[in-house]
Amino acid sequence: MSSLYTRRGWLALGALAIALFAAVPVCALLVPAGSPLHLSEYWVSLAGKILCYAVVALAMDLVWGYAGILSLGHGLFFALGGYAMGMYLMRQIGLDGVYHSPLPDFMVFLDWKAYPWYWRFSEHFWYAALLVVLVPGLLAYVFGWFAFRSRIKGVYFSIITQALTFAAMLLFFRNDTGFGGNNGFTDFKRILGVPLATPQMRVVLYALSAAALIGTLLLARWLVASKFGRVLAAIRDAEQRVMFCGYDTTHYKLFVWTLSAVVCGIAGALYVPQVGIINPSEMSPANSIEIAIWVAVGGRGTLAGAALGAVLVNGAKSAFTQLLPEYWLYFLGLLFILVTLFLPRGVMGLLPRENAA
Amino acid sequence: MRNLVATLLLALAAFAPPALALDAAVVHQLALGDTSEDKIAAINALLESGDEQAEPLLKALLAGSVQTSGERVLIVNGDSARDAVTGEKVSPLPTDASDVVLNNRVRGVLDAAVSALRLVSPERATRLKAARELADDPRAAALPVVEKALARETDPEVKGLLEIVAASVRLHAGGKAERIAAIRTLAASGNSKTETLLLPLLAKKPDGAWAEPDAEIRDAAQASLAAVRGHLAWGDRLGLLFAGLSLGSILMIAALGLAITYGLMGVINMAHGELMMLGAYATYVVQNLFRAWAPGAFEWYLAAAVPVAFAVAGVVGIVLERSVIRWLYGRPLETLLATWGISLMLIQAVRSMFGAQNVQVDNPSWMSGGVQAMANLVLPWNRIYIIAFAALVVAGIWLLLTRTRLGLFVRGVTQNRAMAGCVGVPTARIDTLAFGLGCGVAGLAGCALSQIGNVGPALGQGYIVDSFMVVVLGGVGQLAGTVYAGIGLGLVNKLLESWSGAVIAKIVVLVVIIVFIQKRPQGLFALKGRAVEA
Amino acid sequence: MKRRTFVKGLTLGAATAATGLAAPALLAKSKTVKVGVLHSLSGTMAISETVLKDVALMTFEEINKKGGVMGHMIEPVVVDPASNWPLFAEKARQLLTVDKVACTFGCWTSVSRKSVLPVFEELNGLLFYPVQYEGEELSYNVFYTGAAPNQQAIPAVEYLMSEDGGGAKRFFLLGTDYVYPRTTNKILRYFLHAKGVTDADIEEVYTPFGHSDYQTIVANIKKFAAGGKTAVVSTINGDSNVPFYKELGNQGLKATDIPVVAFSVGEEELRGVDTKPLVGHLAAWNYFMSIKNPANEAWKKEWAAYAKKKNLPSAAKPLTNDPMEATYIGIHMWKQAVEKAKTFDVDKVIAAVGGQKFKAPDGFTIEMDERNHHLHKPVFIGQIRADGQFDVVWKTKGPIRAEPWSPYLPEDKGKQDVPEKMTKKS
Repeated sequence: MSSLYTRRGWLALGALAIALFAAVPVCALLVPAGSPLHLSEYWVSLAGKILCYAVVALAMDLVWGYAGILSLGHGLFFALGGYAMGMYLMRQIGLDGVYHSPLPDFMVFLDWKAYPWYWRFSEHFWYAALLVVLVPGLLAYVFGWFAFRSRIKGVYFSIITQALTFAAMLLFFRNDTGFGGNNGFTDFKRILGVPLATPQMRVVLYALSAAALIGTLLLARWLVASKFGRVLAAIRDAEQRVMFCGYDTTHYKLFVWTLSAVVCGIAGALYVPQVGIINPSEMSPANSIEIAIWVAVGGRGTLAGAALGAVLVNGAKSAFTQLLPEYWLYFLGLLFILVTLFLPRGVMGLLPRENAA
Repeated sequence: MRNLVATLLLALAAFAPPALALDAAVVHQLALGDTSEDKIAAINALLESGDEQAEPLLKALLAGSVQTSGERVLIVNGDSARDAVTGEKVSPLPTDASDVVLNNRVRGVLDAAVSALRLVSPERATRLKAARELADDPRAAALPVVEKALARETDPEVKGLLEIVAASVRLHAGGKAERIAAIRTLAASGNSKTETLLLPLLAKKPDGAWAEPDAEIRDAAQASLAAVRGHLAWGDRLGLLFAGLSLGSILMIAALGLAITYGLMGVINMAHGELMMLGAYATYVVQNLFRAWAPGAFEWYLAAAVPVAFAVAGVVGIVLERSVIRWLYGRPLETLLATWGISLMLIQAVRSMFGAQNVQVDNPSWMSGGVQAMANLVLPWNRIYIIAFAALVVAGIWLLLTRTRLGLFVRGVTQNRAMAGCVGVPTARIDTLAFGLGCGVAGLAGCALSQIGNVGPALGQGYIVDSFMVVVLGGVGQLAGTVYAGIGLGLVNKLLESWSGAVIAKIVVLVVIIVFIQKRPQGLFALKGRAVEA
Repeated sequence: MKRRTFVKGLTLGAATAATGLAAPALLAKSKTVKVGVLHSLSGTMAISETVLKDVALMTFEEINKKGGVMGHMIEPVVVDPASNWPLFAEKARQLLTVDKVACTFGCWTSVSRKSVLPVFEELNGLLFYPVQYEGEELSYNVFYTGAAPNQQAIPAVEYLMSEDGGGAKRFFLLGTDYVYPRTTNKILRYFLHAKGVTDADIEEVYTPFGHSDYQTIVANIKKFAAGGKTAVVSTINGDSNVPFYKELGNQGLKATDIPVVAFSVGEEELRGVDTKPLVGHLAAWNYFMSIKNPANEAWKKEWAAYAKKKNLPSAAKPLTNDPMEATYIGIHMWKQAVEKAKTFDVDKVIAAVGGQKFKAPDGFTIEMDERNHHLHKPVFIGQIRADGQFDVVWKTKGPIRAEPWSPYLPEDKGKQDVPEKMTKKS
């Protein structure tokens, strides 16, 4: 464990953990509402949302920064995890919906009389949790198995991940698919019987997101520092040579690809109760491309950098769309261009090189 | 004999020298009548009067040039008008003149009336068009005029249509033999209206009994219906083929530029859609300039818009290549991201300049409407022209690539960059020019798209995934791949759509491509030879 | 080193700029009241919603010139949720908790409204929603200034079935695939059943947002029409209307043959279309720009002048439409309610909005119902003219009351015409 980070690294991580786990909940729950230190629910949810994005960035960094696979469809796994959790949350609404019906509102206006077969068991939390892990994982496994086996890589791979997420988005936009269509899932009331809209619940969800972030960071760090990680880096740099050395690169790529998808799914499941809505636009190709830019801005191949990039870009987005909405796209576009041209190692590249990847 | 004389006299009477003035009461009822029934009665009265002034009045009413001012009814022509009843000029136009509003029911009757009047025009084209319109909407009121016209008609096509019109009206009138004769005549029709007319003969009343008691008539109707449906099915099949070809041509021209840049430089240009959008906006600007400076030549603004769109998109492409893309060679994934950033900026720039709303690009009149290929098949002109345009562009690019020096260099650099450089090809300049060419073709695609759909800042986003699919499917390095992939995808998409709806068709096509790529990663038409992957 | 300084400098500069822009808002301490404007200024819905933001700002200016609301100048807080539904919820929360706005005017699509609804109910905010919608909703915190189905869809279908409208016997229900067309078509289907039209004579087809290839669908409409006199009821949203109407015109589908009535097509949506082949097709709204009366002339003039002054992109050809009118009415009704309640407190203002009256550009004095949070609105059926405007071919004698819970839907039996106030936060 001690070889994962240097002393400075552990100190930084510790400081971060304190800030995340102690400072924020205190400011949100214990500090009185009038004080300037008070964090309203808005900020807590925003912070939780950004932390989920940071987890996704970590997952993306694993496949891109360490295995050299640029996926432009990772948003799909994130959204699938979100939908799995969303199904459970819709069940939890119970009879409190607009129509006071056991079915969700969107099924009522479609004139459906019962839940379709793929909604069965979704009222149980453990089943939803299982789906959160299995659905993105299985899809990633199948897709990856076919793709890596055919040795598709580089730009072609990126394009077909775009096609995959685009096709899924079209599928989920259909109301007939039974996932709420364009509306998606919204109007959540409870999770595990506990109401969602209280400050306490928000802080709990936020803390879980923070825990997920720290956990993923440590897991990823352990993975890339191990022998597995070294082979992965070799695959990224010169795959054919690694193959000639006798390694089955497909297995390595498939493993990290599936792991990344599962992590995204978990992040999605934490994201949905905090944002209060999931709908197919999370699967849009543009969203997935944005994930890539978070990692690029922060610095790919450095895990902390990816998380940092996610925080920076999303923080800027929230600020810009409030202050200068007409200029947000210029800023984002310029960011893409400048980072790829001038900051190939991202923001982390500006710091003196510490941890060789 | 006596009948013949009577008919001749009637016919002569119908074309008698001009009457004095129209019946003022009828004209008043037409324009200022309270209810639709009043207006329809007035139209029928005018039609039956045979008055020569009736025709221009009814035509003006259909064209929207009739206005009322107080109690007067005026036919307006620009700034001046003339009284519909007396014919005297009224100038200037009274300020309180307001349009006569017709609802769809009145307009339908008016349409039929004007078509009926046009049936006796000396020009065949007018008569044919009028006969087609009547076949679409056979009304009992038009029967006398139709029969009159049938008596004089010599052209076989027009005569055939008129017979169908007459038969449609006679379907429910007269004795059994006449009705069966009418039904048999209708079998030759390929018009879906005929199906609408025959179906009630085969319907059942709510209590289960046949609506048409006579079995012989029902059998004749059944036979005719089958024949009509046979004609209609052909129209459907051809329509499907045309739709697939149209979609395919659009996909092809959209993907062509991308194929050029990717095949040559391995650069996937995510801003490709936005370059198409720039071409569309260039067309919009040219349209506006023509409207402001050369309104007389407005019909030909497209002829100017095509080169402008090419130039604008091409120049932007060259600027992009020089400023951003050339620094990212050998790093295709970064190029992907950088060009995506460019696309975001282009979208916002256009939004700031032209607004977030769509802009209006009007089709010139020769591109509006369609050609009636069959009774139930209308092929829109704009799609026909776009298919032709796409074919021309492909031919032009083919010529460029195979017959010019530039094309030779481009092909050489595509096949083996290092070797081409060794033999003296200026690879950097070729890259710039080829990228500009690819972007220019994207601009042409945008110009074509502006005639079919929306022109707005997000125009490109709708076509980017499709363009990628065509390129990935078709393989790079050869034009044929893009052509076959584009047309093929268009046809497959439309075929699936007729079974399962648009969305499922698109999803299935995407999944099929994803699977296909596993089997054949290099696409349909790939360059032979060993390629070492970076 | 150079690069690092560059990035540092850039960040510093951006931060300063941001603070500088925020400073005026912090400094203004005179009597103002903050009002939120929640419309998409980018993304797919920018096309329809940007003009609503502009008309809201114009109305605020108009009110401020006359002394503001209860002496307070309106300070607009404009946010851009970018046609992104989760972002709508986040921006709504921001407006209510960070900016603490007294009232919000916003949303267009039902998705956006449904995603902000829980936020407004949780935080007890106030939203005025100006767009025609599918009904089946009645929230204590929302006032609906757009039409409910019985103020738009039902009268339109009744007109189509009448002789003047063409005497339609078969109906082709074509819509974009989301809650508004789905629910509206569901209501229409039950309504048609009640009028004796069977399912065999009803066809329902949905296309996704942004769909642009209508060749097959128009061909299917023609085929369907062979079975009897057909009318098309279009709930296609925004963008897609342009290629749909172009295809209609080019394939020669005449309005006298197969009339198309649309519920989401107004003057603004026809801006990008050649309307000459579309003459005779219909739309149903509670306002048309072509309505002649002094109030409308004055309002159109005000809008044209404002567009010119602010150099808006649409200033060359300023158009007004129904949602703009609804926004205008909503803002004035809020002002009147505040002045009646003599406070900005949300609960008291909500109680005061019911019963408000306003002389609207459509020529009628519009009234907010005492109980059901909807306006009484007149219905106009308009027919497309060659110049892109509408001629009114039918209208109700006066405003009619909204029925947010449709009497035709079996599951709406027993629903109260009053919002269920949330008594506890759940």
